[in-house]
Amino acid sequence: MAYVAVKGGERAIDNAHTWLAEERRGDPAVPELTLAQIEQQLGRAVDRAMGEGSLYDRELAALAVKQAQGDLIEAAFLLRAYRTTLPRFAHSSPVDTAAMTIERRISAVFKDLPGGQLLGPTYDYTHRLLDFALADPAQPVATAQAAATPEAMPRVADILRHEGLMEADGSPDGEPGDLTREPLAFPAGRDIRLQALARGDEGFLLGLGYSTQRGYGGSHPFAGEIRMGSVAVEIEPAELGFAIDIGDLVLTECQMVNQFKGTKTVPPQFTRGYGLVFGFSERKALAMALVDRAMRAEELGEDVTAPAQDIEFVLYHSDNIEATGFVEHLKLPHYVDFQSELQNVRRMQAEAARLRETAEAAE
Amino acid sequence: MTPHSLPDHPHPARRRWMAVLARADAAAIETRLQACRDLPPYIRLRGPESGLVMVRGRAGGAGGPFNLGEMTVTRCTVRTDQGLVGHAYVPGRDARQAELAAMVDALMQDPARADTLEAAVIAPLEAAQQARQATRTAKAAATKVQFFAMQTMRT
Repeated sequence: MAYVAVKGGERAIDNAHTWLAEERRGDPAVPELTLAQIEQQLGRAVDRAMGEGSLYDRELAALAVKQAQGDLIEAAFLLRAYRTTLPRFAHSSPVDTAAMTIERRISAVFKDLPGGQLLGPTYDYTHRLLDFALADPAQPVATAQAAATPEAMPRVADILRHEGLMEADGSPDGEPGDLTREPLAFPAGRDIRLQALARGDEGFLLGLGYSTQRGYGGSHPFAGEIRMGSVAVEIEPAELGFAIDIGDLVLTECQMVNQFKGTKTVPPQFTRGYGLVFGFSERKALAMALVDRAMRAEELGEDVTAPAQDIEFVLYHSDNIEATGFVEHLKLPHYVDFQSELQNVRRMQAEAARLRETAEAAE
Repeated sequence: MTPHSLPDHPHPARRRWMAVLARADAAAIETRLQACRDLPPYIRLRGPESGLVMVRGRAGGAGGPFNLGEMTVTRCTVRTDQGLVGHAYVPGRDARQAELAAMVDALMQDPARADTLEAAVIAPLEAAQQARQATRTAKAAATKVQFFAMQTMRT
């Protein structure tokens, strides 16, 4: 039964929201957080809110994180709601991640690759020990700098493709579907799948990606390449009639390399899963690439046996805004629905008691 | 990300200054403009108004396009008293940046002013952006690693 709206309780609701605002602020003796502080010092939270909110705007994401008291699904929800108030001016040309200004780039398959491996500002190789020095304000040590060699950083996938060991990317043409304009429908092409994954819940995709590693649709993945840095965004406004560069976005890209046995028509070679996410969101990019590859099972003639390979299952459940809407609506009053359930259960109990009495009488 | 001019672009110079203005905040443009006297009056033809651009990526990096997610963008169009029309599309929601960028775009099309504005506004903003980028690139270069596999270590 559909949710039946309720009336009343306005004053209680207002009071609850006033208290929420006070609780959000916390002890007034403690200085209030500024948006700049959140944007600068809680950057990964901002990145996640932007990615799952599917809206790149660091300042707005910082505001959403502050308003949601750090609840990142709530923050993403706020960003999704806000975007509906803005007109769409244009779509960009596809960003060229090969031309990324790289701040981190690693490969788990080649140790010596053209352009080298740059660790960037990573948590990898830290000992995950709480740093109590951070409890007190302090200036960090100045970061080392080194002369950068103007060396090209080709994608690892392109290196393998030169040897004929890697599947080619598909046709670069076509107009992609858009989940913000048309509801999800099946069969869903890779364009729709990648859009859904890019805005999908990190935790859900992490769990699904992990499941493929543990044997539920396993495809023996290697992190062929992870790169993070800034890319320029280009649009071609009709009033100008030529392409203009409207600034940079920080993105994280992951190319997951998987073995492929080949078919009668396709030789054995490597295939790939792809991850591309707003901000510095490496775990999400890795998980996205694993799940993208898993969902290509049918296309590659593999058995579809596991949840991560089931396109409908993944796409219907990856969006945390939809998921939270449906799960959390259970909290709202369902008095009418429950009344009918009560009547049902009472009737069934009475029926069961009557049958028991009839059976006993017959004995 | 360097705002470079593409070889086959019809207006490489304009593309470059628009890219520089898109990466400069309103305060920085305003400060640089203080060095330019006699800025002509202009009217706003459109905006400044904020909206969205859907950013696209490609499957696998070079395959079919897909919609990655949106970004906020603010645009503005102005016309100077000489009839020069300037456009701006800048990332984010700063109306002042978009309006200043549109005005500078209009004035850069005036041959009598272009050199002055280039020297006072565009070139210094571009230099600051490149310096900021060079610092980050140098920090990244300092994290370049050489992993030694066991096989290499034995030899």
